[in-house]
Amino acid sequence: MSRYKDTPLIFELATCHEGSRYIRPLDVPKPDFAEWFGDAYREGKPNIPDVDEVSVVRHFTNLSAKNYHVEVGTYPLGSCTMKYNPKVNEDMAALTGFAATHPMQPDETVQGNLEMLYHLEKLLNDVTGMTAHTFQPAAGAHGEFAGILLIKAYHEDRGDMKRDTIIVPDAAHGTNPATAAMAGYKVREVKSNEYGTVDLESLEAALGDDVAGLMLTNPNTLGLYDGNIEKITSMIHECGGLCYYDGANMNAIMMHARPGDMGFDCVHWNVHKTLSTPHGGGGPGAGPVGCNKLLEPYLPRPIVAKKDDMYYLDYDRPKSFGMIRSFVGTFGVLVRTYAYMLTNGAEGLYEVSEGAVANSTYLRERLKDYYHIPYDTPSMHEFVMTSEWQKKESGCNTLDIVKRLIDYGFHPPTVYFPLVVSEAIMIEPTETETWRDLDALADAFIKIAEEAKEDPELLKGAPRYTPIARPDETAAARDPILAG
Amino acid sequence: MIGYLPMGREERRRMLASVGVDLDKLFDMIPECDRCMVDEYEALPDKGMKEMEVVEHVQALADKNLNTVKYDCYLGAGYYDHYQPSAVKHIINRSEFLTSYTPYQAEISQGTLQAYFEWQSYITRLTGLPIANAGLYDAASGAAEAVLLACRDKRRYKVFVSGGIHPETLETVQTYCHAAGIEVVIGDVDENGQQTVYPDKKNEFACFMIQSPNYFGIVEDLDLLVAKAHAVNALAVVSADPVSLAMLKRPGDAGVDVAIGEAQSLGIPTSYGGPGIGYMAVTKKLMRKMPGRICGQTVDRDGKTCYVLTIQAREQHIRRERATSNICTSQALIATAATIWLALQGGSGLLDVAEQSAAKAIYLEKKLTASGYFKLVYDKPYFREFLIEAKDGVDLEKLNKALLEENIIGGLIVDGNKLLIAVTEKKTKDQLDRYAEAMLRLCDAQGGK
Repeated sequence: MSRYKDTPLIFELATCHEGSRYIRPLDVPKPDFAEWFGDAYREGKPNIPDVDEVSVVRHFTNLSAKNYHVEVGTYPLGSCTMKYNPKVNEDMAALTGFAATHPMQPDETVQGNLEMLYHLEKLLNDVTGMTAHTFQPAAGAHGEFAGILLIKAYHEDRGDMKRDTIIVPDAAHGTNPATAAMAGYKVREVKSNEYGTVDLESLEAALGDDVAGLMLTNPNTLGLYDGNIEKITSMIHECGGLCYYDGANMNAIMMHARPGDMGFDCVHWNVHKTLSTPHGGGGPGAGPVGCNKLLEPYLPRPIVAKKDDMYYLDYDRPKSFGMIRSFVGTFGVLVRTYAYMLTNGAEGLYEVSEGAVANSTYLRERLKDYYHIPYDTPSMHEFVMTSEWQKKESGCNTLDIVKRLIDYGFHPPTVYFPLVVSEAIMIEPTETETWRDLDALADAFIKIAEEAKEDPELLKGAPRYTPIARPDETAAARDPILAG
Repeated sequence: MIGYLPMGREERRRMLASVGVDLDKLFDMIPECDRCMVDEYEALPDKGMKEMEVVEHVQALADKNLNTVKYDCYLGAGYYDHYQPSAVKHIINRSEFLTSYTPYQAEISQGTLQAYFEWQSYITRLTGLPIANAGLYDAASGAAEAVLLACRDKRRYKVFVSGGIHPETLETVQTYCHAAGIEVVIGDVDENGQQTVYPDKKNEFACFMIQSPNYFGIVEDLDLLVAKAHAVNALAVVSADPVSLAMLKRPGDAGVDVAIGEAQSLGIPTSYGGPGIGYMAVTKKLMRKMPGRICGQTVDRDGKTCYVLTIQAREQHIRRERATSNICTSQALIATAATIWLALQGGSGLLDVAEQSAAKAIYLEKKLTASGYFKLVYDKPYFREFLIEAKDGVDLEKLNKALLEENIIGGLIVDGNKLLIAVTEKKTKDQLDRYAEAMLRLCDAQGGK
């Protein structure tokens, strides 16, 4: 018998009840709603089944059992920074004093919220080398959008309307070109050199007075630090563009190097990566964006400000590019962020990045004789290897290898990304893994490399102990069934 | 060891030495000129705090707020305080939901994926539209995404948006549209607070967008929207509150093409404005143009029913600059919380919540307007929120300040002399009576009569 229960859709568990189990009976007169709403009224009950509480709780608990998560083991998804999420931070975000505040409350009634955000902004400034932050962006890609809108607002404010292009390296996350396009820009791709970093000749050729800016992550998606970074940012500045730092890989450099010092004008955070707020199966996150003095006037509204001893939301920002969501930001997530930064301090964050780079480097050294590593230069918090050797020898590809890893009790790394490496396996262990955890993961990968030689079917048939295996994704996309 | 790090520096040093790497040279790839040289930071302390100290510090900040458990609060304007059954937070705090990533590896993410699928199913049932995605950041950015979708579909760069939508939603739509080079024409609501006048020029607008109930609480005429939009070959888009859809005509039944909205009202804590979640539902025709994650049902190699992320050819990691959006996040945990809320409440519970909210809003409005100090600004049906105008001589700022002394956070002041008041099922008759009594007493004291 499988250790996983079948979980039919919630709609198949229908029972019947009267009204809500949870709210008190109506204690004011009930109007005639058909008369009140007229034509807009819809007669009858919504098309949603009633289900008893124990069945609902069992349903979702049985569903949860089918998920892998950080609290059962290593989750080495490259570029995703799946680190441990401290328990206490959940308690902090759930405090009634925070959770039960309404976004439209007058400033004088939410001084605690505003003081927290005001202080958090200063902490983020210190780590990035920027002078201000906005909390509006709801996630990393939303932060990228805010960053590019800052750059756009700057050029427009100066009447420099000819700049219609954003430069993006070929190793960039897909969100970078997608963001530039959303902001109305053309995308010009520059190539990576033989070391996996930005090719300066290709960059030189891409420059011109049509360039609005550059989007770059450093270390890049291969985990490689670009030693030319100050040269790159000054080349962009010299042609009149601005530089946006994609903070996806901030976990590698905190307190070691700062985007502001590298010459970047703005930067976004993924607090759900670097600052340990939980990923929640795909959100909520938060993507605060920092910028220097040059871009401050264009920050979205509102920003958190202080006058005398009172904190307030400042909406009076004539040069602001506007808003990209309602209210101040994903507040509940930012409480967790704040608690995490306080717990670490500068020394802690320094060691967080040191640990992240050390763990990744250790794994890479343990695996380099068993898997092909395309760029043989020291990498930082993540590294990319491939299945090239296995594919040649036994026909086992990246997908087979990582599916076999599931049999050994691990979540697979990020695969087939970055696109500049074929059959990529991108590994980011994070600093919250122990030496023992890293060895267990390395041992599993090494065992799989041996299995690929001796018994490739072990890989091709994986995974074996999961609720399902190798779903038909082509059929799913061809004739989509999206609701039940 | 510091904070949550499982290894100290010495162990790290030994670990690296065992594979021939020197800890002190680990960051040598960063040139000297890039190194962070700050001696003392402006705000970041050198040393971290212990957990006990963090808890005390953060709790003290939380205590400085006036919260809506202690205070009787009448604010809405897009965020509504509906009751969340205890079971919701117990389930979403399970680390299986809380600490997992976007479900790229279907074999070990079926829990999250089926939750996505059930969320999409609930949204289609509430809206009457056949296709829903896994979620967007919030209603405001969702409205912007809806407008971009319409422009992609119609290949036009002009949209019509009602002035009755939430002002921050409007500003968000304007920001996104400005960036993408789309012109936004803003409509005025009529004397009844409804959007009844629409452009009549054919083939010019990609879409007409309204909100219902709108910013003033008024229920809009979806049939009129659809008739006017389709007559000029524009898409009909509505931002609709999901709780209201328990008793109001569903967008899909009226022929609306795209429905979006804020699903925070499905029992998610107000938490100073986030996290919430935007939903999006569309017609079948628009399916492949939708932004965001989409979960689909399929079978595995043994023919077993299962769920995967699907129609990914729309998304940024494949399509890059030609993607439908740059969005990756679907607010998954919040979608799961809202899904569990709907499962626990069921159709009966949802209807009860909606009816009680409306009944109590009507009860309070009648009490306030009967006094003569206030009158309804718009004489059309509202759902759980209404706009009243104060008589000359009533100072609403002073009134709200005085109410704070009585542990009441009053309605939202709009244009200086109007109040936007939201009521949910959580209010008791006693609370409503007390609020009305205090308002009228304070008006008397201001000498407004």
